Amino acid sequence: MTVFYLVAFLSVFFALMTIFTKNPVHSVLYLVVTFFTFTIHYILLNAQFLAVVNFIVYMGAIMVLFLFVLMLLNLNKDTEPMKSNLVKMMGVVAGCCLVVVVFGAFRVFDLSNPLVVKDPNIGLVKNLGKVLFKEFLLPFELSSILLLTAMIGAILLAKKETRKV
Amino acid sequence: METAIQQLQGVPINHYLIFCSVIFAIGVIGVLIRRNVIIMMMSIELMLNAVNLLLAAFSVQHGDASGQVFVFFIMALAAAEVAVGLAIIIMVYRNTKSVDIESLHKLRW
Repeated sequence: MTVFYLVAFLSVFFALMTIFTKNPVHSVLYLVVTFFTFTIHYILLNAQFLAVVNFIVYMGAIMVLFLFVLMLLNLNKDTEPMKSNLVKMMGVVAGCCLVVVVFGAFRVFDLSNPLVVKDPNIGLVKNLGKVLFKEFLLPFELSSILLLTAMIGAILLAKKETRKV
Repeated sequence: METAIQQLQGVPINHYLIFCSVIFAIGVIGVLIRRNVIIMMMSIELMLNAVNLLLAAFSVQHGDASGQVFVFFIMALAAAEVAVGLAIIIMVYRNTKSVDIESLHKLRW
């Protein structure tokens, strides 16, 4: 039980570091640590498949993309112009207002019952695979089209234009 | 893995709600206060992750595997979104020589 609170504290801390660090590369590295704490959360939930996918997709693929773009654009120095302090304060206040509103909504639900793992096998690859390929077969195939479209779009967008229009 | 399940027992579900909404709000604040487009996209990733974790927690709570399948789809969507978004950022950088969100004010008609 205490593991959850420790890891949750670490997640919040590193998420805050992600958005408040000036250097973009440090920001990406803090984001990697945040995603790692999320992986620990998935393991605690016994969602092993999601833990592995989170580890591979977020910490592997997406972070490599971010780091490559940052380093190819040569942005790994803190020259970023920051917003004025007034705008920053307004942003933080707006975020806190969001938290307050959401907490107010949660009070209505009264969900204080402890989390009970009804079926420990639910997050295993075997079980999830069965659900994915039986009930969610059509969305699964459609997501492959989505990924193909995204790949072609990314290549087309990032390709250097050879001829000037 | 048994010990992990034992560790989990006793955490109220609304602590997951509170934790995920705090992470989501951090993502919102990140989008609002930063000017670097790449860091804004990272904040969006934070928000997606918060929602993912909450979906997984509720799927475990209700003993229904559909929630975890949704998380899987959201991850695929996030990967596609990051690829296209970063390609757009590279294109913007090539045209304006900066990743400052303010440099996009020319998009206004």
